[in-house]
Amino acid sequence: MTIHTKIKKREYKGLLFLLPSFLGVGLFWVIPYGDVIRRSFFSAVSSEFTGLKNYQTVFENQAFRLAAANTLRFFCICIPALVTMSLLIAVLLTRRKKGMHILKSMFLLPMAIPVASVVLLWKVLFHSQGLLNHLLELLNFQGPDWMNTDASFFVLVVSYLWRNLGYDIVLWVAGLGAIPASLYEAARVDGAGEWKCFVKITLPNLLPSLFTIVVLSLLNGFKVFREAWLVAGDYPQNSMYLLQHLFNNWYRDMSFDKMAAAAVVTGSVILVLILLLQKAWEGGDSI
Amino acid sequence: MMKKFMTALVFLMAAAAVFPVLFLICGSLMGDTELLRLLIPVLGNGEGFASWKLMPLYPTFSHYVELLLDSPEFFVMFWNSVKITALTLMGQILVGTPAAWGFARCRFPGKKLLFTIYIALMMMPFQVMMLSNYLVLNEIGLLDTLSGIVLPAVFSTFPVFLMYRFFQGLPEAIMDSARIDGAGEWKIFLSIGIPLGSPGMISALVLGFLEYWNLIEQPMAFLKTKEKWPLSLYLPNIGTEQAGRAFAASVLVLLPAVLVFLAGQDYLEQGIVSTAVKE
Repeated sequence: MTIHTKIKKREYKGLLFLLPSFLGVGLFWVIPYGDVIRRSFFSAVSSEFTGLKNYQTVFENQAFRLAAANTLRFFCICIPALVTMSLLIAVLLTRRKKGMHILKSMFLLPMAIPVASVVLLWKVLFHSQGLLNHLLELLNFQGPDWMNTDASFFVLVVSYLWRNLGYDIVLWVAGLGAIPASLYEAARVDGAGEWKCFVKITLPNLLPSLFTIVVLSLLNGFKVFREAWLVAGDYPQNSMYLLQHLFNNWYRDMSFDKMAAAAVVTGSVILVLILLLQKAWEGGDSI
Repeated sequence: MMKKFMTALVFLMAAAAVFPVLFLICGSLMGDTELLRLLIPVLGNGEGFASWKLMPLYPTFSHYVELLLDSPEFFVMFWNSVKITALTLMGQILVGTPAAWGFARCRFPGKKLLFTIYIALMMMPFQVMMLSNYLVLNEIGLLDTLSGIVLPAVFSTFPVFLMYRFFQGLPEAIMDSARIDGAGEWKIFLSIGIPLGSPGMISALVLGFLEYWNLIEQPMAFLKTKEKWPLSLYLPNIGTEQAGRAFAASVLVLLPAVLVFLAGQDYLEQGIVSTAVKE
């Protein structure tokens, strides 16, 4: 047997390793999603080909516009907040060696807390006569009715920041750890202060990690629906109404044609992000 | 000065991060009268604001006893959660480990495209895949069954990706020397791949446990019968008039997840980092 056929044989055996996974992923995810793409061009009632009509319906739908705008606003506010907060904390944590491990654990713990368990606290915290407003009252502020006014958006923001801070801190700490210490030493010898080191060394070296962290934070952001849904149900206050609520409600109404079109639109947006992320990974040493 | 302030702020935030756990434990140990007195403005029609204390006045296990002795539905749903989580994780390891090995160690045409599909699938939010998930479960008659929750999750592509990252880091030289010694590909996988890649498998298990113990969207959409629900759907349905019971149930749901977190934190962190790192 020549080396060439030997390698060929190895490749073929490699496919055997993958076969069960391929079959399952194909059957449960890829083929049905293909069917969804097909359905997005057909009417759910008469099964007639309707071209882009479902897409038009979706884009003209008031609920879709509200949900898409809210989801966009949510990401535009939360992701910069999360990314900068976690970076600052990560920098402070790597500076002080003492207690670093325990602090990191404390920030990471919310990741493990089941959503169902915190629902109770969220209800007590954000009630108009709840703990948060009690605290604000002590500070001489008049708190809003969190769940029933536009302030409900803030409940989403808090849920998201609370659950995801630790995740991003771990990513930043890994990124910070990869910066060679010799860079800082050299800069200090040249008389650079702490702030200068941060701006001239830390930030530029973290830039490759930034994109990865933003995309991962964004994808984790869709899970904030769990808190929102368990606390506020199918039809929450308007400013809390996300795309995820909309999908859920269309599913219950069996509006499969609208769902299919919306799934293709949302899926394509996310796919573009993922392809960009992959490019960044291949670009070499992110983190 | 600035530095002291920042440090204090970080400590305060860390305390806020763990506050929910303390809140729940404390509440679960309070008697009904104490809970009612503190929370009446939220629970019913009291005046003023709800308040809280760091320690219960008269600690009692009565809510736990109540929950464990006379709420049979709690056990049913606890058991459902255990079944969903355990079966899913077992399936993921069984199917995912060889697949991750195949992606990391073998070359074949179309691999890059296939792997991109895997990454895209693992990052899609549930809502995007919801309709396709429904269609396939409807087609094979698995709606409203636990298998309908477990089977698609077994073929989740995230554990494959995670373990791939760990397998990829192993030097090819080890495999080559095993090949020279006459070991077959399966033998190499079982006796070299699995032992050396086990941190990746544990990472996948830890992250998977936290995800499936916390499953909300899938059971909510696909399980109609209440007896099949996992705990995560049961908890919010305990009425506020049974606040004590709700606290105790919340703590019991929290407990396994926190234990897994504490035992597997290093693997959890490795898992998080390896989704972002390219070796």
